[in-house]
Amino acid sequence: MTTTSHFLLMVLYAFFVSLVFAMLLRDDRREQLKTGAMMLGGFIAVAYVMGWLIYPFPL
Amino acid sequence: MASKSTAAERAPAAAEPGRLALVCILSWLVPGAGHLLQGRRDKGLVFLIALPLMFAVGLWLDGRLFPLEWSDPLVFLGAIANRGIGAPYILARLMEAGAGTVTAVSYEYGNTFLMTAGLLNFLVVLDAFDIAMGRKPAKPAAQR
Repeated sequence: MTTTSHFLLMVLYAFFVSLVFAMLLRDDRREQLKTGAMMLGGFIAVAYVMGWLIYPFPL
Repeated sequence: MASKSTAAERAPAAAEPGRLALVCILSWLVPGAGHLLQGRRDKGLVFLIALPLMFAVGLWLDGRLFPLEWSDPLVFLGAIANRGIGAPYILARLMEAGAGTVTAVSYEYGNTFLMTAGLLNFLVVLDAFDIAMGRKPAKPAAQR
């Protein structure tokens, strides 16, 4: 296994989860796109903010 | 704003328990098959592609398919989640994949992908069950 980009893996994970939830929660295609995009953006934004918040703390 | 379906638009409830069981088992075994069987083509295809792909990414990331061990509750729950994906799990077991490499940097990511794919498929099975019960429209307005 060569991929070590944690951010990329997190985005990939968020994409799959957002896709499935958007399809489950909405029936209309536009609504699915909107919900999926908002969920994906939310996942990435929260992860990014959390990453910076815990940055000063040692492992 | 998505409009709510009226009772007249909803699919008739699946009266036969046999058909309900078939939808649930098929939906578990092949992700999205329960939706395809009930005419939800778009959703079925997305689940059919996305969930096995997510499971495959988990294997690629050196994730582990956990054994059913009663002595360790967390491993047991992980094993249940792994089995949620159905046929891809069986195939992976037959191919002796999913041994997991604990020392790999992506090991925990792989586990997360594998377990989440299974858990999402459990939700997909429940959604297919709801459609079969007539709690959701059999087809979205665009496909009617």
